[in-house]
Amino acid sequence: MKVRFLSAGDRALVVEFGDRIDQALSERVLRLDAIVRSNPPVGVVETVPTFRSLTVYYDPFLTSRAELQPAIGALLDLGDKARSGARLWQVPVCYRGEFAPDLAEVARLTGLTSGEVVALHSSTRFHVYMLGFLPGFPYMGDLPPQLALPRRADPRLRVAAGSISIATSLTAIYPYESPGGWHLIGATPIRLFDPERPEPALFAPGDAVSFQPIDPAAFASIRRAVENRSYEVESAPVGR
Amino acid sequence: MTPGLKVLAPGLHTTVQDLGRFGYQNIGVPVSGALDRFGLRLANVLVGNPQGLAALEILISGPTLEIATETARVALTGAGASLGIRGETPRVVAAGQSVTLRRGDIVQIALGRQSACCYLGVERGIAVPRVLGSASTYVRATLGGLNGRALQRDDLVPLAIGCASARGELRAPVSPAASADQPIRVVLGPQHKYFRKEALAALLDAEFRVSKDTDRMGMRLDGPLLRHRRGWDIVSDAIATGSIQVPGSGQPIVLLADHQTTGGYPKIATVISADLPALGRCRPGDPLRFVAVEFEAAEELCREAEREFAKLAAALEPVPNDNGIDVGSLYGENLISGVTTGFE
Repeated sequence: MKVRFLSAGDRALVVEFGDRIDQALSERVLRLDAIVRSNPPVGVVETVPTFRSLTVYYDPFLTSRAELQPAIGALLDLGDKARSGARLWQVPVCYRGEFAPDLAEVARLTGLTSGEVVALHSSTRFHVYMLGFLPGFPYMGDLPPQLALPRRADPRLRVAAGSISIATSLTAIYPYESPGGWHLIGATPIRLFDPERPEPALFAPGDAVSFQPIDPAAFASIRRAVENRSYEVESAPVGR
Repeated sequence: MTPGLKVLAPGLHTTVQDLGRFGYQNIGVPVSGALDRFGLRLANVLVGNPQGLAALEILISGPTLEIATETARVALTGAGASLGIRGETPRVVAAGQSVTLRRGDIVQIALGRQSACCYLGVERGIAVPRVLGSASTYVRATLGGLNGRALQRDDLVPLAIGCASARGELRAPVSPAASADQPIRVVLGPQHKYFRKEALAALLDAEFRVSKDTDRMGMRLDGPLLRHRRGWDIVSDAIATGSIQVPGSGQPIVLLADHQTTGGYPKIATVISADLPALGRCRPGDPLRFVAVEFEAAEELCREAEREFAKLAAALEPVPNDNGIDVGSLYGENLISGVTTGFE
């Protein structure tokens, strides 16, 4: 398996598989991540899988790049086993009115109707490439090509928590209110990140996600259940 | 009543920090923790704590605190910083030593011009719950610290114990003048090949200045713009603390403790971990130069910095007079300026 090893300072070794957003490439990153996590070489502090690379953080008191790189190289050769443990999540989304401030504009820019935009988005099963930007923020793809748009020219200073967004070939959910430059086409009442949960982030890199349209009444009732901690997002193991 | 420090004035940005939150970057949680890890560790050692306990990180302008417990042993670290104490025995205690304060004492923390940050360690630590294994505050997601935010007026910073232990005070040996003008060392990459030759030359030859637009997430640098050779919009990958990321504008941003875990701009170089504390101490307007080292050298410099710190921690000495420094004589010797004492 051909990879590039790059230093990011004296505590991080980047194992780079490519420079594209591509599910096959992502699988290779995630497989190496799973193997490193289950057989961590001495001195590994944590790992971060991204679209195109696995960054391995290490402690220079316990190891060095000179020792770590061959150890990771040896693990790469074990990388043919399929990943296990991924889940498919059913995320309720209201694609209407105030919950979808950019839906009409997305329809206009793509030449589709709002209904077609929603139908395309809610009938696609997405792959969680990675989490980043904010705790629990999932970068998911790939959007149907008809929905691909560049980021907004004028980013918003405030995007509401729970906003469902699209940009380029990706879709995402904002776990917290934050600034943001993606197009907002819906909102979910579920909580993506909660430090009190045994698994604080709802999704893990490598999970699958699909979106279920709901109406504003259902949004309100799910939100109440989420606040009482009596709502569980539907999910099932994924076979790969 | 919970023993604590009552916040009379919060300062610019005072937060609870420890050495950071590790193991959750894969789900988007930044490491956070002290900008100057050596400063935090020394503050803890001076009050007899394990090095990584939660302490207060104080940026640019310091808070005023009232001791709301029987007695509390504290130590401030940070070049040029001082504790101005109003109470039964008014005095100024310079950074770098422990001191025991009594109920009702009012402490005003002043920073010097030498450092953007200082640390107040308290014997047995600050009693905030650990969130995901750390007490560090991450404001953007209201994680950790005191309610996930910076201190506000009328907060009570809870302390683990209400009475200082009976023992003498400690001070750090006077260290050689801080090497503030030393260049910051970097390892080039991981994306230095995305930049023009002139950009790499400028990074290593030019003088930059810390911009006012700097916070715990990142430090923007004023100076020559660093132009990309290829595009500036890369497919996101992970960001290490100290990464120098360059967006389309060409203005470099050094990513600090609260940086996002991933990002989509090329990173021309990464500040070595041994120099992150010095970087964290830089104030807006301070000049900065960079010099490149190889990663093997950076790993060794990291180990060497640790050995130096261990030497310092082992060389603490008793403070001959627990009452601190006589204010009158300090004024007389003109060692402190009116700006930094905070006595009105």
